[in-house]
Amino acid sequence: MFDGPEPIYIQIAQMIRAQVLAGELKEEEQVMSTTQFATTFRINPATAQKAFAGLVEEGVLYKRRGLGMFVAPQARERLLADHRKRYFEEVLAPALQQADILGIPTEDVVAYVLGAGKKNTEES
Amino acid sequence: MTTTAPFGARLDDVVVHFGRSHRVLQNGTMVRDEASTALDGASLTIRPGAITGVLGRNGAGKTTMLSLLAAFTRPTSGSVLVGPEGAQEDPWENPWITSGTQLVRESGDLMTDEKVSTSLKYYADMRPDWSAETAERLLDLFEIDVRKNPSALSRGKRSAVGASIGLATRAPLTIFDEVYLGMDAPTRYAFYDELLADYAEHPRTILLSSHLVEEVERLFEDVVVIDKGRVLLAEPADEMRARGFSLTGTKDAVERIAGGRRVLHRQQLGATVQVTLEGALEDGERAAAREAGVEVGSVPVQDLFVRLTGSGNVPS
Repeated sequence: MFDGPEPIYIQIAQMIRAQVLAGELKEEEQVMSTTQFATTFRINPATAQKAFAGLVEEGVLYKRRGLGMFVAPQARERLLADHRKRYFEEVLAPALQQADILGIPTEDVVAYVLGAGKKNTEES
Repeated sequence: MTTTAPFGARLDDVVVHFGRSHRVLQNGTMVRDEASTALDGASLTIRPGAITGVLGRNGAGKTTMLSLLAAFTRPTSGSVLVGPEGAQEDPWENPWITSGTQLVRESGDLMTDEKVSTSLKYYADMRPDWSAETAERLLDLFEIDVRKNPSALSRGKRSAVGASIGLATRAPLTIFDEVYLGMDAPTRYAFYDELLADYAEHPRTILLSSHLVEEVERLFEDVVVIDKGRVLLAEPADEMRARGFSLTGTKDAVERIAGGRRVLHRQQLGATVQVTLEGALEDGERAAAREAGVEVGSVPVQDLFVRLTGSGNVPS
């Protein structure tokens, strides 16, 4: 767990954001305490604390005195808006660049997107 | 709760010579031998309430430094201060400081001719914050028969007794000096888990020296690296990790992004190059790396430690 290249506290924050985005962590739901985090993942409690502090600042989590950390109301909405904004720049642009290197014509990419989109709507 | 505030510590220009002796030559003059220097101008600050990793190669001076804090050794020159913030004192022959400092060495620091239970009673009397409940639970977890003499226990079991005592003292400054020696992997991991759980519940200052850097680096909030009797660095673990990074990609792209940075390590596999560099990347360079398909990675503390202490390098 947390074997990525970034500092561990950033990876913890990413994990919690991903769980909120996926709906695994619901709004107003309590997240693991720093102690639980530290012992579960064998990390220094201050590392977990640092991740939580960042998420509180972002408005993803909030602290209830004496109770612990909870997912903030509208946390998912906020994360969705943020990730949508970055999706094109961070995910789609590199993918299109790769397509360009591979010589895949734009029409093929468009056709694939429309096809995949169609499949998705059929499934749902 | 009567728990004392966590202890911090400070070393200022500490020198420790061992084996000093006087010899009288045949012509009657006396000469003084300075057999070896364990610490040679070491200065550092230990933050109260943090888990600090103490790293260094064999003979670097780790054990000497830790012994100074526990007042097992006295400095030849320089000053040692230990205690809660704002009330630090010289630990030497200082009962108030030493009663709050627990040094656990590899041997487990047990009375060799007595049953383990006798050593436990001794520590229970000595340590104001002793938790009998924790001691009992840990000794049970490590499957220690306290009716035995330490000599009847295996090396790993003796180390486990030492680790259990260290945690149960709940001392404001608890020092584990290579306490893992002889422990098998499951025992070591059980120790790390217990350490974290107990630390989270009862915050105190913990120093942990180990050669198994990869295993323990995530436990650390701060890291101290000692090399040849000097403190090479003493800083938060995240800052140490930020001292270097790696780039992986095609030779040209990697070299372009690396710029003039000092190369700590270089590996080449076909057309792909991986370099470990000193310093950090700027945001612009990070974007350039992504564009050029160069992967930016972090460097494990273990690797930084090896590079920093390998050939007398001193970080800026």
